[in-house]
Amino acid sequence: MTLAATLLAAEEAENPLIPHAYELVVGSFAFLVVFLVVGKILTPRIQKTLAERTEAIEGGIKKAEDAQAEAQRTLEQYRAQLAEARQEAARLREEAREQGAAIKAELREEAQAEARRIVEAAHAQIEADRQQAFTQLRGEIGRLSTELASRIVGESLEDEARQRRTVDRFLEELEGRPEAVR
Amino acid sequence: MTPLMLVAEDFTAPGPSIFDFPPLYEGAPSWLTKPALMAIFGALVVTALAWSAFANPKLVPRGMQNIGEMGYQFVRDQVARPFLGKDAERWMPLLLSLFFLILLWNLFGVVPLIQIPVASHIAFPIVFAVTIYVIKIYLGIKHQGLGGYFKNMMFPPGLPKPIYVLLAPIEFLSNLIIAPFTHAVRLFANMFAGHLILAFFSAVGFWFLFEKPTPLGAGLGVVGVIMTIAMTGFEMFIEFLQAFLFTLLAAMYIGGSLHADH
Repeated sequence: MTLAATLLAAEEAENPLIPHAYELVVGSFAFLVVFLVVGKILTPRIQKTLAERTEAIEGGIKKAEDAQAEAQRTLEQYRAQLAEARQEAARLREEAREQGAAIKAELREEAQAEARRIVEAAHAQIEADRQQAFTQLRGEIGRLSTELASRIVGESLEDEARQRRTVDRFLEELEGRPEAVR
Repeated sequence: MTPLMLVAEDFTAPGPSIFDFPPLYEGAPSWLTKPALMAIFGALVVTALAWSAFANPKLVPRGMQNIGEMGYQFVRDQVARPFLGKDAERWMPLLLSLFFLILLWNLFGVVPLIQIPVASHIAFPIVFAVTIYVIKIYLGIKHQGLGGYFKNMMFPPGLPKPIYVLLAPIEFLSNLIIAPFTHAVRLFANMFAGHLILAFFSAVGFWFLFEKPTPLGAGLGVVGVIMTIAMTGFEMFIEFLQAFLFTLLAAMYIGGSLHADH
């Protein structure tokens, strides 16, 4: 019965596969309106915006990459400079140490030479003094010997004791003139 | 006769006549029917929505622009680019208009009070299919030459000679007659059948629960209501799918004409 009703309805209905002419016109009009507004006016706008967005994002990424590269470069530069400075400092230190050592050695050399010179001068002085003293002494001894001998000869050699006393006195006199001895 | 048949004795299932609409009011011009009005209304709604989304697009999208871009990128990435490659952007105006308009017209099928998928009247799918058909042949002849177009279509290289006796007419038929026909009818038939199914189940629910409520028929009515709800969800999916498929085939035909078969 249901089937019959459906069939009956189908017979009454228009054939759904035959398009209505007016609907073709209405559909074309509707599609045209949508195509002109959505397709021709609006789609290019959103395409432009999407392209700009892509560009902006890519530009941002590029910018960030550039900044990072720049920072990296600067860092490398600083590191290189720092290493260079360290090397320079080490070199200067080494140089100073070498110079210090050289100066020390030189000073020591000089001091030693000076010391040697002083010692030599002292030696020479001493030798000269000794020579002078010797010369002086030689004359003095001769005189003194002559004096002593005259005294001994002059005094009668009475006894041993006297003789000893004379010698002792002489010797005491001698001691009373120390400069003559030296 | 079973008791159920007795219960259903006076029930009439909705048939193809539910797609026939008289002019909107007494004395109205004969073209001014509900589907025609809804077609124009749908076009205006699509235009207005697209305008609110894309008229003044921002680099950082907000509100409607987000939704619009979702639709744009869906059509571009799923439809245009796979079939048109580097020509995708150039054909987006046509494909986007097509997709948005068909989608909204289809969704009218489940919008309360409107409840008519515009494409269930075959004239509307025919408009789209003919447009694409004309573009397809024009581009094919323009890009491959008149002879080249038909040669590429009917005599794809690399097959044994006798095969062409069979293949050439089949390809000719399939490309120039069957393709546009199925292109339009696929969309029409899906919307037509979907609407009929929804009408049937809601009619069952209405008839057995309100029109002629009987203890025996109440169960049937409840089934009808539940099925109406379930089928409405399913219809929304089909409506989207058919809009997508129609646009996809359009892109495929255009792509096939721009470049000789791969």
